[in-house]
Amino acid sequence: MNLTLKIWRQKDAKSKGGFETFKVEDVSPDTSFLEMLDILNNDLIHEGKEPIVFDHDCREGICGMCSLHINGFAHGPDTEITTCQLHMRKFKDGDTITIEPWRSSAFPVIKDLAVDRSAFDKILQAGGFVSVNTGGVPDANSIPIPKKDADESMDAAACIGCGACVATCKNGSAMLFVAARVSSLAKLPQGKVEGARRAKAMVAKMDELGFGSCTNTQACESQCPKLISISHIARLNREFLKAKFRD
Amino acid sequence: MATLDSKIPQGPVESKWSKHKADIKVVSPANKRKLDIIVIGTGLGGASAAASLGELGYNVKIFCISDSPRRAHSIAAQGGINAAKNYQNDNDSVYRLFYDTIKGGDYRAREANVYRLAEVSNNIIDQCVAQGVPFARDYGGLLDNRSFGGAQVSRTFYARGQTGQQLLLGAYAALNRQIAAGSVKSFPRHEILDIVLVDGKARGVIARDLVTGEIKRFGAHAVVMATGGYGNVFFLSTNAMNSNGSAAWRAFKKGAMFANPCFTQIHPTCIPVHGTQQSKLTLMSESLRNDGRIWVPKNKKDVELLRANLIKPSEIAEEDRDYYLERRYPAFGNLVPRDVASRAAKERCDAGFGVNETGLAVFLDFKTAIERLGADVIRARYGNLFQMYEKITDVNPYEEPMMIYPAVHYTMGGTWVDYNLMTTIPGLYAIGEANFSDHGANRLGASALMQGLADGYFVLPYTIGDYLSHEIQSPKVKTDTPEFDEAEKAIKDKIERLFAIKGKQSVDDIHKKLGHIMWEYVGMARTKESLEKAISEIKAVREEFWKDVRVTGTNNEFNQELEKALRVADFLELGELMAKDALNRNESCGGHFREEYQTPEGEALRDDENYSYVAVWEYEGEGKEPQLHKEPLKFEAIKVAQRNYKD
Repeated sequence: MNLTLKIWRQKDAKSKGGFETFKVEDVSPDTSFLEMLDILNNDLIHEGKEPIVFDHDCREGICGMCSLHINGFAHGPDTEITTCQLHMRKFKDGDTITIEPWRSSAFPVIKDLAVDRSAFDKILQAGGFVSVNTGGVPDANSIPIPKKDADESMDAAACIGCGACVATCKNGSAMLFVAARVSSLAKLPQGKVEGARRAKAMVAKMDELGFGSCTNTQACESQCPKLISISHIARLNREFLKAKFRD
Repeated sequence: MATLDSKIPQGPVESKWSKHKADIKVVSPANKRKLDIIVIGTGLGGASAAASLGELGYNVKIFCISDSPRRAHSIAAQGGINAAKNYQNDNDSVYRLFYDTIKGGDYRAREANVYRLAEVSNNIIDQCVAQGVPFARDYGGLLDNRSFGGAQVSRTFYARGQTGQQLLLGAYAALNRQIAAGSVKSFPRHEILDIVLVDGKARGVIARDLVTGEIKRFGAHAVVMATGGYGNVFFLSTNAMNSNGSAAWRAFKKGAMFANPCFTQIHPTCIPVHGTQQSKLTLMSESLRNDGRIWVPKNKKDVELLRANLIKPSEIAEEDRDYYLERRYPAFGNLVPRDVASRAAKERCDAGFGVNETGLAVFLDFKTAIERLGADVIRARYGNLFQMYEKITDVNPYEEPMMIYPAVHYTMGGTWVDYNLMTTIPGLYAIGEANFSDHGANRLGASALMQGLADGYFVLPYTIGDYLSHEIQSPKVKTDTPEFDEAEKAIKDKIERLFAIKGKQSVDDIHKKLGHIMWEYVGMARTKESLEKAISEIKAVREEFWKDVRVTGTNNEFNQELEKALRVADFLELGELMAKDALNRNESCGGHFREEYQTPEGEALRDDENYSYVAVWEYEGEGKEPQLHKEPLKFEAIKVAQRNYKD
């Protein structure tokens, strides 16, 4: 396959960025999208030019590091995948592909296609944990948990923290990300103890860090590589309201 | 010369850890506040250690190369975590887990460490459940288990096909809690480029801020390496792209000896290589071997038709299939350990029965399981893995079998540590995959997660106190000293040297050459000749690198090429040590298969008389041969035997 790529280049957080056009030739349809970028970068290095910076690591859809906005879609034109799982067979020979970083004021660009998502860490530091120290905990089977609850908790816990939800939301809201963590813990007896405090603290931190508010457009769910359901947002809202009523 | 003292406590194996805990010193809460610890890496080992040490009251600094601690490669572990809970009433016990692990490691692991690992395994499950890890449960609400290779009991706890992710999110949450509390300070997007020694003790690190390129100094009373393995020496592996062996290699050059570097695990169930532009390999969890059956065609005619795409695998009749693992190993069948399964796949492919266009693949088939249990049950068990497979290969594994082939996955070798997990540099520790101690020559499935968390939650927080109890009088480590000056200058000079080469090849070009040599000559099957060839070819590629590599950009920016160049420079040295170690070990054991040493049936032939030792290598200086030390392995609780998975 031969392709034309329009790629966002930006020297650093302070510089103004812009699109640059590149050609790649002879790409196998079985190649992954990031391997296609590897090929381009290798060509650029051979020409003595600066390769394109993009975040990536596990290349199997679980670390959440890769984060490209491709032809207007977070993680590109396929469902239930991260960028690293996108394959070139999803494109046609001769296509022009536009590649941008995540666009959100809470995720400033570091360079080219890499952004700073440390805001997600900060939200989780505000309360995305169960306050137990190492040791001194009861036997794992001492509290039975209905399978349905454990399964639902796992559904929410599948979030990889990639930020596609924020990049897709027109408001730049992190509600799906926050909801996934709150909901996962809310479904378990271990997480219930601090449920109220957690919901309030994480929502407050999200607001403080400049994420937008949720207006129920459901765009986040449609682009989530792990199919995290917006029903978790409903659960977050319940947890949040319950906590507020108690105040 | 440093000395090797494994510090294994006296007494019977089952009471060594209790006795040791009673004997070692502790640090009072008031003194813990005065002590600084650096943890390198945020995978299961690093995150659990940093969180636990922070809870105890130490001042911890934790570093990772990713943008968040949650992205460490432990996240990609799929299948599960072992523990000796015996919840299934299938006669499991601490002893049985210990025994299986020693046997699985082909009697090349340290008995005392492995027993302790089995002993604390149950605490890990309790801890993770308390943190809110959503393990799989049965309808009664209790925890579910599955089986893994090398075991005849069901002791593996799991969270769908994302167990590593869930355990890491648990440890990461505990870490976040400590970061919020101020006891741990986190430094994401920082890479450790050297360990700094003062008066022979580990006293800090030199780090590069990957965003700005700034070279920074950090001092501490102890340093913990939780940096994972070095499988990326092979270029193609299931490791994450950024996983590297640099911290361990820097430590090696500062005096931390390196043990059993040749012990590499080749995982049998990975998606086969598709072409020359491939960047990494994807693992399909070993848990699939619970329900998947591995086979190749019995007849060469079918092989040819398959390779030419003229028939589909599902069209081959049952009687024309060779379920070679079930045929060769009736007692364990498809659940033989990884090294055995990998070699058996290679044997069939070498004999000309491999499928795929390359002839380098075998089938992993769920037909029987789907007929027996229904597609829904299989989907519930492995749905995410099937989906992952289909996205990569465009083949639906509910209809046609998966194609798999072995790939580099894990390194059992690593930095040598004593029973306290301390390296030969006082104050420098290595935990998790970064050390060598628990898996011998082959790691069993679902044991890596167990070891990472055992070391981080339940071993290191105790043993590090013994060392630090002697440091309570030491003031804060100053970094404006000649030792730090020298280490920083060496790094800066090296970076300058890399930029100055301005050659024609990219870092990847050279890394691929190294990977090719490693896979062909230091891979699944090794010979004296292949290893000698590897050693001379690696030297040549290393010279090529230092003459002809091109590193673009500058140091003072986010520069991924420079990051790669620094890592590959180290791999080019580490690869040679792996080959030397493999050449020294004139026997076959676990993942180390020397073709000269095999039984008439093609199984690994150990030489316990001459090689029942840990090969520990000491750096002797630039251009000099490393020196080999031997830590003899003594087995007191287990009778050493040839591994048998047949009956």
